[in-house]
Amino acid sequence: MGDIILDVSDLNIEFHDHDNPETVVFDFDLTLEKGEIVGIVGESGSGKSMSALAIAGLLKRHALTKTGRIMFDGHDLLTCDRETLRGYQGDEIAMIFQEPMTSLNPVKKIGWQVEECLRIHHKDMTKADRKKRAIEMIDAVGIHEPEKVYNMYPHELSGGMRQRIMIAAAMIANPQILIADEPTTALDVTVQAQIVELLKKLNREKGTSIIFISHDLSLISQICQRVLVMNKGYVVETGTTEQVFNAPREEYTRKLIAAIPRIDV
Amino acid sequence: MKYIIKKILMMILTLVVVSLCVFLAFNFIPGDPATRKLGTEATPELIQQYRESMGLNDPVIVQYFRWFTSFVKGDMGTSYNYNQSVASIIVKKIPITLTLAIMSFIIMVGLSIPIGIYTAKHENGVIDKVIMVLNQIIMAVPPFFSGILLTFVFGMIFKFFKPGGFISYEKDLGGFIGYLILPALAIALPKAAMCIKLLRGSVIAEAQKDYTRTAYSRGNSTGEVLYRHVLKNAMIPVITFMGMALADMVAGSIVIEQVFGIPGISKILLTSISNRDYPVVEAIIMGIAIIVIVVNLLVDIIYRIIDPRIEVE
Amino acid sequence: MKNIKELFWKLKTKNMSKKKRNAYFMAGSIITGLILLMVIIGLFYTPYPPTKMDASAKLQGISLKHIMGTDNMGRDVFSRVMYGSRITLIIAIGTVAFGTIIGSIIGAFTGYYGGILDEILMRIIDALFAFPSLLLALVFVSLFGQGMYQLILALGVAFVPSFARIVRSEVLRCKNMDYIESARLQSVSDFRIIFVHIMPNTKDTLIPSILIGFNNAVLAEAGLSFLGIGSQPPYASLGKMLSDAQSYLFTRPSYVMSIGMTIVLMILGFAFLGEGLSSSNK
Repeated sequence: MGDIILDVSDLNIEFHDHDNPETVVFDFDLTLEKGEIVGIVGESGSGKSMSALAIAGLLKRHALTKTGRIMFDGHDLLTCDRETLRGYQGDEIAMIFQEPMTSLNPVKKIGWQVEECLRIHHKDMTKADRKKRAIEMIDAVGIHEPEKVYNMYPHELSGGMRQRIMIAAAMIANPQILIADEPTTALDVTVQAQIVELLKKLNREKGTSIIFISHDLSLISQICQRVLVMNKGYVVETGTTEQVFNAPREEYTRKLIAAIPRIDV
Repeated sequence: MKYIIKKILMMILTLVVVSLCVFLAFNFIPGDPATRKLGTEATPELIQQYRESMGLNDPVIVQYFRWFTSFVKGDMGTSYNYNQSVASIIVKKIPITLTLAIMSFIIMVGLSIPIGIYTAKHENGVIDKVIMVLNQIIMAVPPFFSGILLTFVFGMIFKFFKPGGFISYEKDLGGFIGYLILPALAIALPKAAMCIKLLRGSVIAEAQKDYTRTAYSRGNSTGEVLYRHVLKNAMIPVITFMGMALADMVAGSIVIEQVFGIPGISKILLTSISNRDYPVVEAIIMGIAIIVIVVNLLVDIIYRIIDPRIEVE
Repeated sequence: MKNIKELFWKLKTKNMSKKKRNAYFMAGSIITGLILLMVIIGLFYTPYPPTKMDASAKLQGISLKHIMGTDNMGRDVFSRVMYGSRITLIIAIGTVAFGTIIGSIIGAFTGYYGGILDEILMRIIDALFAFPSLLLALVFVSLFGQGMYQLILALGVAFVPSFARIVRSEVLRCKNMDYIESARLQSVSDFRIIFVHIMPNTKDTLIPSILIGFNNAVLAEAGLSFLGIGSQPPYASLGKMLSDAQSYLFTRPSYVMSIGMTIVLMILGFAFLGEGLSSSNK
């Protein structure tokens, strides 16, 4: 067992958008070890993305209360000041999203966007160094002709390419944690497999811990060592991927597993 | 580059269409130019002779082409009324009207960008609400009335401003610009109000897009997200508006020149319309049309620089 | 500062409460209602005959006898405003009606049929659209002469492009929808498809545009009349009255202000109605 780098406990998220407050995440607990890939699986609306956004420090709505603790590097990300949180965002905790088509800024060059974390967090780097690093990174996520892509705009790339760029931008500062929120849902099946392979490779080579969120249990089973099953805001089951798949304790998990299409049946 | 060349070709095409419309409108709708020149009592032979000498018997296209080339060369015909060449009448007035329009444009941009961003940042705050209501009211005040109000406030109450005390740009450039500030403000205010509303809405809409979430996830502060990511996107619709506003301001300055007694294009245009002095009206309209078309080209080029998604169709 | 941080995370823009929407709509209804009431009463009754001069009561201030004072010929300004508002309203309504009807027909047909005719018409309309409508109206007035009907025609033509563009884009949006396709398969005539099946869909964008167009018409009419090439006496519209009043700005400010404020209120009423309608549509 490696070091625990992220410890989330008793996380509750509550909306005040409507007249009645509505809780969307209850008592969420998660520990993440160095180099580990943990999956969070559940239907849409189960609270998995909300939890992920909370960990990444991206839930800032005033119509929202969060209680519990998100411990990272000796700080509670829920209560620490904005500056500390921003210092981690992009540098130590990076995130990629479900919609590669809209998650990149349409009017900025790819290179500019890939370099952004370096520009924010590593101010001592020179422009040329940043560019070199960005091109390396674009190359590392499996894109041909990285120099050419460096000067292109998002609309000139396919969805799969854009998601690779999102990964390159997220990984450029060598973060300790990468949160991947349904990174393959919007992509074709073949591209999906490539992205999953890429994430596994980065995890292997750089030792980045990954929180992989998906509604697709079979995908989770391919990539994750441990898995959390969420339903209606609660974590209903947690364990190693093998445990959960081979001996699910909860009725809900069994239903999810039964819903995976199988070739051997 | 291909895009710009295409846009320039389109501009030339539009220019041809517009000038053809202007030519046809002013040369055929008012009746036969020969009769107009010689009076209804002129003998058919005399009219025929005149038509021949003026080339009025040539095909329309030939006449248009002749008119267009001489227009481009600066020969815009002779005024019926002043018996001078049209070019000599309007050439001294153009700088006045153009300066007024450009000053109005600068004031509009200077007011609307900071206020638009501020209100978007503080959406639904007290100042935002006040500015939004104020905006609605300013948009409802016709520029000539706001001109009158400004004259009243600055002329009568503060005594900053002397109505009718226009100073020519040839005599005193500073005084000339100083005199034009209030008129420019009167033209700019309603446009600025519209621009603030548009920019505010645009920033708010862009700020909710997915890429801002990405920007936050990389550790950008709110200000950095706004200035480095959102603003460039939010400016795209605003640029179109500003281009149209500049064209409108050239036209709007005609009314305002009347309010403030500025001897620009306005006076000549209005007297020429009343006197049916068509060569003068035609030249001024063509001049403004050319400005409008060139401004549109510039907007298209700026657009291409800001938004890389625009491609040649 | 707190507000700034919150701003970007509003996933929905439900912030403008229903109350506020109604506030705009209510204010608009009240102002427009008052103006209309004044115009309607003006049809039957004005405190003084609008053209009756009184040499002994020139340029009077606001009083119970003359609630907006009198002008340089001793005419009652309020009576003249009642009358002038009617002229302004008639011109504005005529203009918008002309622009909407002709614009909708052009937009609907070019949008529906497309092709080379659409290309040519859209080129012309784009060029006209970019051209300031005030100037376009000036061209028409200079060609067709001055007067109320010429003015309606001139402004109406200037308004055609914007309505044509709006309707055309709506028609383009609707014409490939499944229910139109199925109507076509049932061999419903094109005419019926355009006017019965497609046009009703355009109302959500068209109605706010009509209100905005109305305001632009009032502004343009006032501007042209102010330049002295709008409606001709004795049909003095508000713009003409304002330009007459301007010379007395320093001697009798109330004369200018009361006319100017009437124009402002007229436009404001419709602007508020439009704002109320368009934000409740969202």
